[in-house]
Amino acid sequence: MQHGKYGFITGFLAAPLGLYALFVIWPFIQSIYYSFTDWTGLSPEFSMVGVDNYTRMLHDDIFWKSLTHSLLFALLLPLVTLGMALFFAFMINVGGRHRKGGPVVTGVRGSGFYKIVYFFPQVLSIAIVALLFAFAYNPDSGAINSFLRGIGLDSLQPLWLGDPSLALWCVMAVLVWSTTGFFVVLFSAGMASIPAELYEAALLDGAGRATTFFRVTLPLLWDTVQSGWVYMGILALGAESFAVVQIMTTGPGGPDYSTTVLVLYVYQKAFRDGQAAYATTIGVALLVVTLAFAAIVMRLGRRERLEY
Amino acid sequence: MGSTGQHGSEGVGRRELIKRSAAIGLVAAPGMGLLSACASSGGDGQDKAKAGKKTAKNPLGVNDTAKLDFVLFDGGFGKEYAEDAVKLYEKDFPKAQVKFSATQKIQSTLQPRFNQGNPPDLIDNSGAEQMDMGVLVGKKQLADLTPLLDAPSYDDPSKKVRDTLRPGIVEMGQFDGDPVWILNYAYTVYGVWYSQKALDGLDEKYPETWDDMLKVCAKAKKKGIAGWTYAGKYPYYLPFSLYPMIAKVGGREVLDAIDNLEPNAWKHPAVKACFEAYYELFQKGYILRGTPGLDHIQSQTAWAKGKALFIPNGSWVENESANVIPADFDLAVSAPTGIDSSDKMPFGTIWASGGEPFVVPAKAANPEGGMEQLRVMLSEASSRNFTSKVKSLSALNGGIDGIELTPGLKSGVAALDKAGDNVVNPRIPDWYVQLEKEKIGVGGLGEMMAGRLTPAETVKKIQGFADEAAKDTSIKHYKHK
Repeated sequence: MQHGKYGFITGFLAAPLGLYALFVIWPFIQSIYYSFTDWTGLSPEFSMVGVDNYTRMLHDDIFWKSLTHSLLFALLLPLVTLGMALFFAFMINVGGRHRKGGPVVTGVRGSGFYKIVYFFPQVLSIAIVALLFAFAYNPDSGAINSFLRGIGLDSLQPLWLGDPSLALWCVMAVLVWSTTGFFVVLFSAGMASIPAELYEAALLDGAGRATTFFRVTLPLLWDTVQSGWVYMGILALGAESFAVVQIMTTGPGGPDYSTTVLVLYVYQKAFRDGQAAYATTIGVALLVVTLAFAAIVMRLGRRERLEY
Repeated sequence: MGSTGQHGSEGVGRRELIKRSAAIGLVAAPGMGLLSACASSGGDGQDKAKAGKKTAKNPLGVNDTAKLDFVLFDGGFGKEYAEDAVKLYEKDFPKAQVKFSATQKIQSTLQPRFNQGNPPDLIDNSGAEQMDMGVLVGKKQLADLTPLLDAPSYDDPSKKVRDTLRPGIVEMGQFDGDPVWILNYAYTVYGVWYSQKALDGLDEKYPETWDDMLKVCAKAKKKGIAGWTYAGKYPYYLPFSLYPMIAKVGGREVLDAIDNLEPNAWKHPAVKACFEAYYELFQKGYILRGTPGLDHIQSQTAWAKGKALFIPNGSWVENESANVIPADFDLAVSAPTGIDSSDKMPFGTIWASGGEPFVVPAKAANPEGGMEQLRVMLSEASSRNFTSKVKSLSALNGGIDGIELTPGLKSGVAALDKAGDNVVNPRIPDWYVQLEKEKIGVGGLGEMMAGRLTPAETVKKIQGFADEAAKDTSIKHYKHK
């Protein structure tokens, strides 16, 4: 019966593996192949040029700027987003004071309402969010500067997206705004499944909010936080950062390249400048960065599992 | 129990995550791969239609049964004008089948077809997804339109199509040498756009020298109106008035040298003088506050609301901002203000050139049909239809008799009349897109007008960009003849 079993497994695996190879692995291999050519993307003719594209990339200032910004996105965004999400989730689920007759572990007053409010931005498509904020950042008639004028700060009228030293932070703030809610809900779900006895025991021992958070909640939530970190980092390297940068800081990626990111640069080279081969080269660099990011986070995040 | 326990002893699965990271995070790389699949599958393309017999009525020798495949950019000008022209073609060739489609996504629709070698017969290659003309020409993907230009015109058989076109249209279709690859169907007047009513309100005329310009701006400022605004997020709108000003101050050769990427072209004194003049607008506070953070629509809206007097723009602004320009605005365009009477060219020197580029692919199945369709569009009737529908001039010289011109269009025609031979046509925007938009525009002029670079620093920075582009072997270089 042994070979019968293998036949059975192979039969089931063949189709998905084949699809995976065809639609995931093969395009990767092709991309790497095309990064060694001078293909324009606008004609079927091309020839091999060796590592020319790679040498060019290493001497390309805009590539390095894009890489720096992409790395900033991948490191800072998860830090801020997850940090805020953890804080909010903790306050919603655990941080409340004990009220007479109520459960021992509870969130702050109105926590159910907060949970919904935090999740709101998640319902909107990232393109809509980016557009809304592009209007809000309008230095002439946007909501933010109008508010500043309204409270008497007439002299303080930053250019926001028009200022190279602010533009990148403006874009990042939008991503934080739009993704925090998702992680609040994710962490809330994680916290809900931590046994209440552990909190009761901690409270009996006289632990305050901070101690409870760092000694009980965070360690038991560690796996969720870690996968959230990788997920957020990949979003920040890929699709989300592309959408906000492309929509909000139109042009080449902000004033004086202040917000350009790797994905945007790939897109511009392939679909604006007719340099598809060079675009695939940058795509390969992005692949390396993303894999390295995931590997490092998994490696640093490794710690002993707690059973409960 | 516990949320994390359910994932088994491996936790969330380290390998799973890395795999996912490869799959999700790198949309870019496999996307490029899928696109590249097109390149390798490219065959020899479709069979060419046999050419028909050349007659007086059919000077290009169109095969009257061949299909015609026409793809139009559906942008600011809409698609009605082209649909009307297609009807005329169908009337001339009743047996021909015309497949007409309009899209805003020119590149995503057509890139795979170019890669497979079966592009359409006529394309309006325009809009945000315009395919790079330099690359198309360099890779020999376009047909030479000389037969069309040498064919008799649609209305008058004694005149060649070439002789019915506005100045600059033929040159703009050339890149290097004689072949004409592109026919720009629209004709755009660039310059300084303003409300005649607002200017009358200040009791001022359009200023011809820079001292007068500063005086008008000072007067406006006292009334709480900014002198200028521009598309701060796209500072490559500034050249619409700045380039012709450079030509006016220093002569056409200065612009030609810039187009040719000659060493030190930007260090010409005329360039610096014009940069300093514009910089003075910033220094004296004559630029609408917040302008560097506005995009083209936002700045045009602020200007239409009367918050600023002048805006550098092209003649499409009348159609594009039609819904915010008040009825009594009295839209007008002027050639750029110069420095003073020592300028090399007279006041009136203006930038006007073709827009809405039409091309016939080299591998088209029915290139004669594509060119014939263009010949139809360049007829008096089609051109008039275009102008009255979209408020823009066409490439056909004349063809505006009997239509009531809108204020902006009327003022554009008057500016062209005044300019006479003093029409300049800088080529850097169509020869070197990235250099023009990102580097000179955003990296140089935008930074200067926001006050973050001095004119001297800007000249140095832009000259550096130009030298870089001149050395870059990955882009094709062009020169004025």
